Amino acid sequence: MINATLQLAQAGSGATFVQTLTKALALGSVYVLIALGFVIIFKATQVLNFAAGALSMAGAMFMTILISDGGFPLLPFDNPLAPAEGETASIAVFFVHVLIALALAAILGLVIERLTIRPMVGQPLFAMAVITLGIEIAIRPFNLDATALEGRRLGVPWGADSWVWGGAVVPKSYIVAMVIASIAGASVLFFFRTKLGVAMRAVAFDQEAAMAQGINVGRVFAIAWAMGTALAALGAIVYGMAPFPPGGSVSQEIHPLLALRVLPVIVLGGLDSVAGAIYGGLIIATAEVFAGQYLSQWNSTLGSGYSTIVPYLVMLFMLLVKPYGLFGTPEIRRV
Amino acid sequence: MSEHILEADGITLRFGGVTAIHDVSFHVNQGELFSIIGPNGAGKTSIFNTISQVYRPQQGDIHWKGESIMGHRPDFVAQLGIARTFQNIELFPQMTVIENLLLGRHIRMKQNWFQGMLWFGVAKVEEMENRRRVEDIIDFLEIEEWRNHPVALLPYGIQKLVELGRALAMDPELLLLDEPVAGMNLEETEDMARFILDIRRELGISMIMVEHDMGLVMDIADRIMVLDFGEKIAEGTPEEVQKDPNVIAAYLGSSDLHVSSE
Repeated sequence: MINATLQLAQAGSGATFVQTLTKALALGSVYVLIALGFVIIFKATQVLNFAAGALSMAGAMFMTILISDGGFPLLPFDNPLAPAEGETASIAVFFVHVLIALALAAILGLVIERLTIRPMVGQPLFAMAVITLGIEIAIRPFNLDATALEGRRLGVPWGADSWVWGGAVVPKSYIVAMVIASIAGASVLFFFRTKLGVAMRAVAFDQEAAMAQGINVGRVFAIAWAMGTALAALGAIVYGMAPFPPGGSVSQEIHPLLALRVLPVIVLGGLDSVAGAIYGGLIIATAEVFAGQYLSQWNSTLGSGYSTIVPYLVMLFMLLVKPYGLFGTPEIRRV
Repeated sequence: MSEHILEADGITLRFGGVTAIHDVSFHVNQGELFSIIGPNGAGKTSIFNTISQVYRPQQGDIHWKGESIMGHRPDFVAQLGIARTFQNIELFPQMTVIENLLLGRHIRMKQNWFQGMLWFGVAKVEEMENRRRVEDIIDFLEIEEWRNHPVALLPYGIQKLVELGRALAMDPELLLLDEPVAGMNLEETEDMARFILDIRRELGISMIMVEHDMGLVMDIADRIMVLDFGEKIAEGTPEEVQKDPNVIAAYLGSSDLHVSSE
């Protein structure tokens, strides 16, 4: 059995490599999106958002509710979709639904910020972090109730279709994931060069001083939560496209834990670094996917799920050698 | 009313059962260097925080150029042209001196997000104008050599200057200086005094200064208000205040001693 696997890998080693690399980059794209959500909220508010898992999944749920439950009354077009397995939306309809779902996720983020985070401005950060944990616990049951065990389909137009390049089979979803993450990553990078982006950095360092410079701290908080929640939701939506879960759906099995899998990414990249989120996402996903592919002959020794451990090993190593992450801001101390 | 740039009327501020400021009124004239002194805990910094609306006083009213600023947010007050420095330095520690000063230009920026992202049009013109303004201030405060240092690494006295520079970068009309020379040596104090006088003379900015260094206050202030336990006990020119028996009692606990005019 082991010999057979080895021979197969050697026979198409070039194609295998391309497939593994695209899978790594695609998974990395999902990690990047969710990590950016963490980073934006952390950059503005210094709070690690433990609600990211539930919020991202809620955003993907909005998407499935919009697209598969026979229409959303406010949509300007007739929604014909209640996709069964294999049924798909047109590309335009799909992306309009994505945008609406992201808008709803952003509104959810705004509401949560206004109700639970804003009253805590000036309170210990630890208390705020615990509140986000509470939000996670409060929202998760809604997600799970709304999801069937087999998952809810997104009606992705290209389904599980693939392109074949020189023997390498590359799912279209992987390329779409990379494109979406590239656009989102570039937008966020450039966002921090705007007046509002700089204001966000200032608020992170010192709220009182930022106010004295004429920066509206409440508004910065609100925008950070709206953007952070929408980015996390986008990550969860992308992660619902086949073949991330084989059928292509938002599922009880993989979505609630997605944010947890991104934790190593932000630790590696640095909690407050956009570049860190991007590099971290790609590095962690590469380590995870390549370990899964190329160490598979030791499955019997390592156990079948060992590749999911790899990110945490990288994270542990990073915490030992460079606790602020690759690109994080180390605290400056005068000595 | 309008010749007073700032006018506070019967301010009372309570924290639970503690009255931090009790029925204090004062005004600041255009171009004036007004100083607030008083023993520790007299409510000097609380006055600043009520002006910038970080604290909301229970009673009283504050007028800026004839308009009430009560109930507005601190960032709105800053946009009116009231800049401040803090007793315990509140800079953006990881940013360089230039970046800190550029943040002071925040309220003067008019670019939209799209221009900011791609750095064209207004954003580009503004950036160059703001850089020029910031360099002027760096020049003025003689902190050229520290320009690109993260402020957390700078000596205390320089950090105080950077904070003053950031306030100046806002092009304020009123500057609130909270203990500008606290913890400084004699030489640094003299430098700071020179800068404060230059700000008044060259830039014509009105100032309110809270300070414990009596020598400095008596030397450069136009008028002085003395607080003790949240109440105003005296107001007037340095000479008048020094002779006031209430002030002498508050500072020295007895009226038969004299405050040195040095």
